[in-house]
Amino acid sequence: MYNFFFYAVPEHFPFLLQGALVTVELSLISMLLGTLLGFFLAVGRLSARRALRWPLDAFVEVVRDTPLIVQLLLIYFSLPEAGIVLSAFWAGIAGLTLNLAAYLSEVFRAAIVAVDKGQREAAISLGMSPVAVYCRVIIPQAALASLPTLGGYFIALLKDCSLVSFISVNELLRHATIVISDTFDSMDTYIMVAIIYFMMSFISARIIRYVEVWLTPSNRRATLSVPLTMDKEGAR
Amino acid sequence: MTGPKPPVLTVRQLRKTFQGNAVLRGVDLSLHEGEIACLIGPSGTGKSTILRCLNFLEQPDGGEITFFGQYLCAEDGNSNIFRIAPPRVLQAARARMPMVFQHFNLFSHRTVMENVVEGQVVVLRRGRAEARDRARDCLARVGMLERADFYPDQLSGGQKQRVAIARALAMSPALILFDEPTSALDPQLVQEVQGVIRDLSAEGMTMLIVTHEMRFVRSIAHTVHFCEGGRIAESGAAADIFGPNAPPRIQTFMEVAHG
Ligand SMILES: Nc1ncnc2c1ncn2[C@@H]1O[C@H](COP(=O)(O)OP(=O)(O)OP(=O)(O)O)[C@@H](O)[C@H]1O
Ligand SMILES: [Mg+2]
Repeated sequence: MYNFFFYAVPEHFPFLLQGALVTVELSLISMLLGTLLGFFLAVGRLSARRALRWPLDAFVEVVRDTPLIVQLLLIYFSLPEAGIVLSAFWAGIAGLTLNLAAYLSEVFRAAIVAVDKGQREAAISLGMSPVAVYCRVIIPQAALASLPTLGGYFIALLKDCSLVSFISVNELLRHATIVISDTFDSMDTYIMVAIIYFMMSFISARIIRYVEVWLTPSNRRATLSVPLTMDKEGAR
Repeated sequence: MTGPKPPVLTVRQLRKTFQGNAVLRGVDLSLHEGEIACLIGPSGTGKSTILRCLNFLEQPDGGEITFFGQYLCAEDGNSNIFRIAPPRVLQAARARMPMVFQHFNLFSHRTVMENVVEGQVVVLRRGRAEARDRARDCLARVGMLERADFYPDQLSGGQKQRVAIARALAMSPALILFDEPTSALDPQLVQEVQGVIRDLSAEGMTMLIVTHEMRFVRSIAHTVHFCEGGRIAESGAAADIFGPNAPPRIQTFMEVAHG
């Protein structure tokens, strides 16, 4: 205990935090790219053209049926043979993005399909073009519906980032490995790593929850006047 | 007025088959400006399908529809070629004949005001300010202005349907299609929606209404079309259809419907 607080923490915590910062960077960038790609995958897979649909379906299937770590190793070590050289960091981003996109495309697809068919028809019957129906009615509702799931995926992603330490990205877990090889103090180091992961996940979950509440239309309505007028109506 | 105007809408030999089930077998219909036509008939005879083919929510398989003289679909009797107008034409036509649905179908992620503004801005390309003015006007006409900032799930069925009517009105329509606008409502809410439709009729709005409410039809319709077996089996002025000399099959239907 004494050693933990008065030696390990002051000595190595800042270095671990540097690694954590990279983990956060990886997560945020992959989340952003993965969400965009996942969305277009979902729309593409729902599109009527079969020629476009099957390669996308196949991509999603392959990504979901192979381990992330294998995908990362392939991207980092095998793509250069095909002439595509990525730094460890961007190879990590690429792997995490593709993986996330495949899973999110399923989430988005389900959310899009679940949007009330009647509202789609109402939009069409007002004369909206298919693109307008999508942008104005279907996407906003599907996005809102997928938000909680998206939050869950972000937290999973934060932790999945530890896998990119295998391709030598200097993120949290790899920094921990470096510390341990220096000090042989694996117990204290891993406790600190666990604490940092916990804090990152915990804070993210709070932020996500806050965004969710803020984006839900029913929470943005003018609250106070509503029950009053409703009561009046009911009394009549 | 100098002589009769051409019809707003004409339908000739409209046909529609669902998976081998011939639902519409040649529907003929026409509608003039200011006319209120009611479409009645037993359940499952294709009344909704007729409305949904008029605005191409369903694609008809044959026949002819004209809207202000413009063909929305047409067929060449000799060569048997059936053609549907391009999407742009259909979209423009839909905007001028919006539909009011049985289940309201309000945009649940938007407020009452935004529901009524939406089509104006997205389809008619009106400016926001103008669209909001018009929306306020339409909401006032259906008595829903005080609820402008509410979300659909905060409204009763009757209120939702009034907003849906305002949404249609905001498009400055030439014709409004109603598919059983009061069927999903609690009995005590039916009146408020029927009242709004009655107000529109007083203002001369052209309407095509599918409904099972015979008393309402009797009080509002100029023309009644009786739909049976995928065709308009009888058509007539409301007075004749409800008069003592009504065609026998309509009398039978009325007795079953309630009398
Ligand atoms: N999308 C569809 N696919 C297959 N069959 C359909 C479809 N829509 C309607 N039908 C069939 O077409 C027939 C007519 O349906 P429609 O809804 O037009 O009747 P309706 O006169 O409006 O009946 P109701 O008074 O009960 O509303 C029914 O037999 C129905 O099962
Ligand atoms: Mg129907």
